[in-house]
Amino acid sequence: MENIEKNTAVQPEAKAEAPKAPDAVAPKVVKPAVAKPVPAAPTTPAENALDLVELTQDNFRQTIEADYQAGFTFLECLTGMDWGEEGLGVIYNIENPETGARKCYKIKTADRVNPVLPSVCTWYDIANIYEREAYDFYGIKFVGNPDMRRIYLREDWVGYPMRKDDEPEKFNPTRMTNEPLADETSGLMYDEDGVNYHTERSKIFEADDYVVNIGPQHPSTHGVLHFRVKLEGETIRKIDPVLGYIHRGVEKLNEQMTYPQTLALTDRLDYLGAMQNRHALCMCIEKAMGVEVSDRVQVIRTIMDELQRIDSHILFFSCLAQDLGATTAFLYGFRDREKILDIFEETCGGRLILNYNTIGGVMADIHPNFQKRVKEFIPYMRKAIREYYDVFINNVIFRNRAIGVGILSKEDCISYGCTGGTGRASGWHNDVRKRMPYAAYDKVQFNEVVRTEGDSYARTLVRMDEILESLSIIEQLIDNIPEGNYQEKMKPIIKVPAGTYYSAVEGSRGEFGVLLESRGDKSPYRLHYRSTGLPLVAVMDHVCQGHMLADLITIGGTLDYVVPDIDR
Amino acid sequence: MFFDFSKVTNWLHGWLTGFMPEWGAILTESALVLLAIIALYAVFAIIMIYMERKICAAFQCRLGPMRVGPWGLLQVFSDVFKMLTKEIVNLRKTDMFLHNLAPFLVVSASMITFACLPWNKGAHIIDFNVGVFFFLAVSSIGVVGILLAGWSSNNKYALIGAMRSGAQIISYELSIGLTMLTMICMTGTMSFSEICMQQYEHGWNIFRGHVPAVLAFIIYLIAGNAECNRGPFDLPESESELTAGYHTEYSGMHFGYYYLAEFMNLFICAGMASTIFLGGWAPLQIPGLEGFNDIMSAIPGAVWFLGKTFFVIFLLMWLRWTFPRLRIDQILSLEWKYLVPISMLNLILMALAVSFGLYF
Amino acid sequence: MMKKPKIKNIPYEEFKDNETFEQLVAELNQNGTNVIVRTLDELIDWGRSNSLWPLTFATSCCGIEFMATCAARYDIARFGFEITRNSPRQADVILVSGTITTKMAPVLKRLYDQMADPKYVVAVGGCAISGGPFCKSYHVVKGVDQVIPVDVYVPGCPPRPESFLYGMMQLQRKVKAENFFGTTNRKENDPYSLKMDKENEQILNELEEA
Repeated sequence: MENIEKNTAVQPEAKAEAPKAPDAVAPKVVKPAVAKPVPAAPTTPAENALDLVELTQDNFRQTIEADYQAGFTFLECLTGMDWGEEGLGVIYNIENPETGARKCYKIKTADRVNPVLPSVCTWYDIANIYEREAYDFYGIKFVGNPDMRRIYLREDWVGYPMRKDDEPEKFNPTRMTNEPLADETSGLMYDEDGVNYHTERSKIFEADDYVVNIGPQHPSTHGVLHFRVKLEGETIRKIDPVLGYIHRGVEKLNEQMTYPQTLALTDRLDYLGAMQNRHALCMCIEKAMGVEVSDRVQVIRTIMDELQRIDSHILFFSCLAQDLGATTAFLYGFRDREKILDIFEETCGGRLILNYNTIGGVMADIHPNFQKRVKEFIPYMRKAIREYYDVFINNVIFRNRAIGVGILSKEDCISYGCTGGTGRASGWHNDVRKRMPYAAYDKVQFNEVVRTEGDSYARTLVRMDEILESLSIIEQLIDNIPEGNYQEKMKPIIKVPAGTYYSAVEGSRGEFGVLLESRGDKSPYRLHYRSTGLPLVAVMDHVCQGHMLADLITIGGTLDYVVPDIDR
Repeated sequence: MFFDFSKVTNWLHGWLTGFMPEWGAILTESALVLLAIIALYAVFAIIMIYMERKICAAFQCRLGPMRVGPWGLLQVFSDVFKMLTKEIVNLRKTDMFLHNLAPFLVVSASMITFACLPWNKGAHIIDFNVGVFFFLAVSSIGVVGILLAGWSSNNKYALIGAMRSGAQIISYELSIGLTMLTMICMTGTMSFSEICMQQYEHGWNIFRGHVPAVLAFIIYLIAGNAECNRGPFDLPESESELTAGYHTEYSGMHFGYYYLAEFMNLFICAGMASTIFLGGWAPLQIPGLEGFNDIMSAIPGAVWFLGKTFFVIFLLMWLRWTFPRLRIDQILSLEWKYLVPISMLNLILMALAVSFGLYF
Repeated sequence: MMKKPKIKNIPYEEFKDNETFEQLVAELNQNGTNVIVRTLDELIDWGRSNSLWPLTFATSCCGIEFMATCAARYDIARFGFEITRNSPRQADVILVSGTITTKMAPVLKRLYDQMADPKYVVAVGGCAISGGPFCKSYHVVKGVDQVIPVDVYVPGCPPRPESFLYGMMQLQRKVKAENFFGTTNRKENDPYSLKMDKENEQILNELEEA
C-alpha cells in the first residue's frame, strides 16, 4: 500500500488530469467509468475452476461423437497431463462455435510405461498436431492418429521431458550431429472391432519426391520454422511442418517457478502480444484466487491490450509487405510502430518485452503523458492506415497475389482451431472479447470485424479494420480511466487453491488461453498455454496444397504466426 | 558544331601510326579501349550502387549510408575492399569448373553489351551495321551464366531460382526484341551510331514515332526491368522465397560479380532505352527555338547520354522500391498474354505508320 | 604499433571495456608489424569494418528489435550494414538474436560453417549470451559461445536498437585491429580442419554407400 500511495503522490498531474478529462470527450462516447458495474462479491475459487468430466476409455469415443454431432466442433485446447500416481492423461476443452457452450473432459490411463489413449483426430483436424505434442512431452500414444512422431524435440531425444519423473538433461546433451528427419511415420490404428489396435506405417515423402526445406533459417518463416515442402514444378503438393527450433520448455520451467515468476516468461512467448499473454495468465491466477482487480486496472489493461494489438497488426502489415518484396511499405509500418513503442516505453520501461501486468494489477501507474500521447497517436494512425492502403494493400500486384489465394472455409477454420483474424476472415465469429468478455470489453462498443472470403486478401483487410476498431476502443476509454488502485496488494509467494482453471484473452493473432492446474502449492502443477500460432501452422498443409511456392509466403504471412508462441 | 569524339580517336590513331606499324597501333588502341571499358564499368557500378542506396533510403524515410566518408560517399569503396578480400567458398560435390565459370559468363556478357552503348558522337566502342542484333545476342549470354550457376551449385533454391530466371529472361527477350524491331522499322538501320545520328538530325525517336514509339518505350521499360531481374521482377533471387536465388552458394567476389552485373545490366538497359528512344547523345532540339537549341547543343553529348540514362535508371529504381514482387505464373502471363501481343500489334502499327509516312 | 581505431562520433575513451580490447591488440601485435603491411591491413580493415553485412538470422524477440534497428528511425544503413544477406555465404556477421535451443544448435553451427571468412558473431540478448530467462530449461543452449566463437556480446532482453548499434561499433573496432597479411584468418585451426575435411568426406561417402 505504501508503495501505491507514494506513487500517486509523486504524480499529481495524473490525478489532476483524470477528472478534467470527460469534458474533452466526444458526446457519443459511452462513459464506462461512470457506469460502474456492481462489484461482484469475490467469487470463491471453486466457482471458477473448470468443471472437468472424467471419461473412461470405454465411453470416450461415444461421448465425443455425440458432442460433435451436437455442435461442439471446436477443439479449443488439448492438454497433456501427468497426474503422478494416477497416471497420464489429457484434458480436452471443446466449444460449440455457434452457441458458445463449452465442455471440459479429462481422460487418463494408469499405464505409465506404454500409455495409450483414444485419439480425437477423426473429429478435429487440429487434434493431430495437439496429440503429437502430448506424445512428444508425455509419451502418450493416441490410437487413431496415423502420425505419431515427435513434433518439437529431435527424433533421437530420449525420454518425455514433461513427465514429472523424467530427467531430460541427463540423457540429452546438446547434440551437434545433423538432425535426423524420417520420411516415414507410424501410428496406432483401431482394428475393425474398434477395440484392439495395430501399428500402421505410412510414408510422408516418397524417395523420388522433390522436397525443398523452407527453414529453419529462412527469411520468410518469421523465425525458425521448418517446412518440408514437396514440390511439383513450383506447385506445392504437401507440407510437413517441423517445429521446436525455438522450443524453450516454458511450460516445464513454470512448474518450478512461483506464480509471480511464471509471469516473466509469458511476454517472451508471443512477443507481439506480450501484454495480452501476460494479461491472460494474470487473469487466470486472479480468477483462481478470487481476486478482484480495480476498474482502473481493467481499463488500463484493456487500453494496453489494444495498443499491443495495433502494434502487432502493424508488424503484420510490414512483414507481409517485406515478404512480398515491397520493402518500402515495410519501413512505413515500422515508422508508425515506433510511436506505439514510445508510449509503451514511457509507462512500462520496455519496448518489446513489457512486463507490465502483475497478479492483482499492473506494475506501475500510467505515465502522466500517457493519455496525451495516445490521443495524439489515434488520428496519426488513422492517417497512416490510409497510407498503407495506398502504398501496398490497393496495389494491383498485391491484389493479384492475395485475392483468391489460400482460401480457408469456415469449417476448416473451426476444425483446425484457427482463431483470431484468420478465422474471422472466413466468417467465424470467434472474438474472445465478444464471446467471453473480460477486462473492460463489456463496457465499450466495438464491432467484431468479420469477412467471408477467407482468402489472403480478406485476412489482410481484417487486420487493417481491426486496427481501426482498436483505435475506437482506445478512444472510448482513454479519457475515462477511473480512479483507483493500480495494484492490489499481493503476497510475494502466492498459493493458488487446488483446481483446474482456464482463461483466455483475444491475443493479437487469436485466442490465447491459459490452463492452470494447481495443487495448492506455491508453484503451478501444470501450466499450459493454448498457442495462437500452432493451429495456424497446422493448417498450412491444408491451405497451401495446389498453390505455388510464392503463395506459401503470402499465405504464411497473412496467417500471421509467431514461432516462439508455437514452440513455447 | 556538335563535338565529334571521332576527332580524338582519329588523332590518336594518326599519332600512333606515326611511330609504329598499323597492327601495333590497333593493338595499343584495343588495349586502351579495354582499359576504358573496365574502368568505366567499375566506376558506373560504384555510382549506381551508391545511387540505389541513397534513393531507396529517400523513399523509405531513411538517410542511407552517411558515416563512411562525406555523405557516405566512400561506402561502396569499403564494400569493394571487403568483397575482394572475402573467402570464395569451394563446394564439395559440385561441378567446380562450371560453378566458377558462371559468374564470369554473366559479368562478361554484361561488359560486352556495355561496350555497345554510344557515349558521344563518334565515341562508340562496338559499332557495326547489325549492332542491335549483336546487342540482343550478347545480352542473352548472361542467362546461360545464371542457369549454370543454378545448376552447378547443387542447391535446390539455386536451381529453382535459375529455372525461374531462365523462363523469365527468355520470355522477356521476346518483348525486347519486338520493341527494338518496332523502332528499327522506323529508323531503317540497325547500327547504333546511325540511330543516334538520325535522332540528332530529325529529333528523338520517341517524338518521331509518337504513339507506337511511346507504347514501345513503356513495353521496353517493363521488359528491360524483367531482363535485369530487378523488382518487381526479382523472382530469380526473391529473397523471401529462395534466400538468394541462383547465387545462394556464391561468396566473395564471385557473388560480387553477380551483384555488379545486376547493377550494370540496369545501367545497360537504361542506356539502351536512352539510345533507342531518347536520342542517345543527341541534345533536345525544339524546332523553331534557335536560341534554346544552341544552348542545348553546347552541352556535350556524353552528358546528354548519361543524363538520360540516369533519368531512366531513376524511373526503374522508383518502380523497384514501390511495387511488391510478382509470382512466376503472373510474370509469364504478363509477358505472353499481354506484352507480346501488344508489341506485335505495335509493330504492325509502326509498319503502317512508316509505310504511310505518318511520322515526323 | 597500431593506432587506436577511430569510430566516428564516439571518442575512444567512451567505449566500455577498453582493457579487453587493448589486450587483444597487444596479442595480435606481439611480434611487431611491418609498417607497409600494417598500412595495407588498415585499408582492408577499414573496408571490412564499414561493410559488415549481417545474415538475417533471428530466432525470437531480439529479431524484432533487429528489424526495428534496420527500420526508419534507427537506420542501420547509415553505417553500411543495411544489406542483410539471406544466404550465409554472402554474409559477414551473424547476429545471433534470440534463444538457441539444442535442436537449433547444429543448424546454427552449420550456418556458421557455411559463412565465408572473415566472419564475425555477435551474441544478441540474454538468451544468446547465457540462456537468459530460460537457462534452466532442458532444451536451451546456455550461451551461444558453446557452439560458435563469439566476438561481441550485446546484453539486454531484448537489447534496444541503440545497444545493437553500440555492439556493432565494438565489432568495428575489433575488425579494425585485425591483421590480414601474414596471419591465418580462420578461427579454427587450419591443419586440423584439413584432416577433418578428409575424415568428413570419408564419413559422407560411407553414408552415401549405406
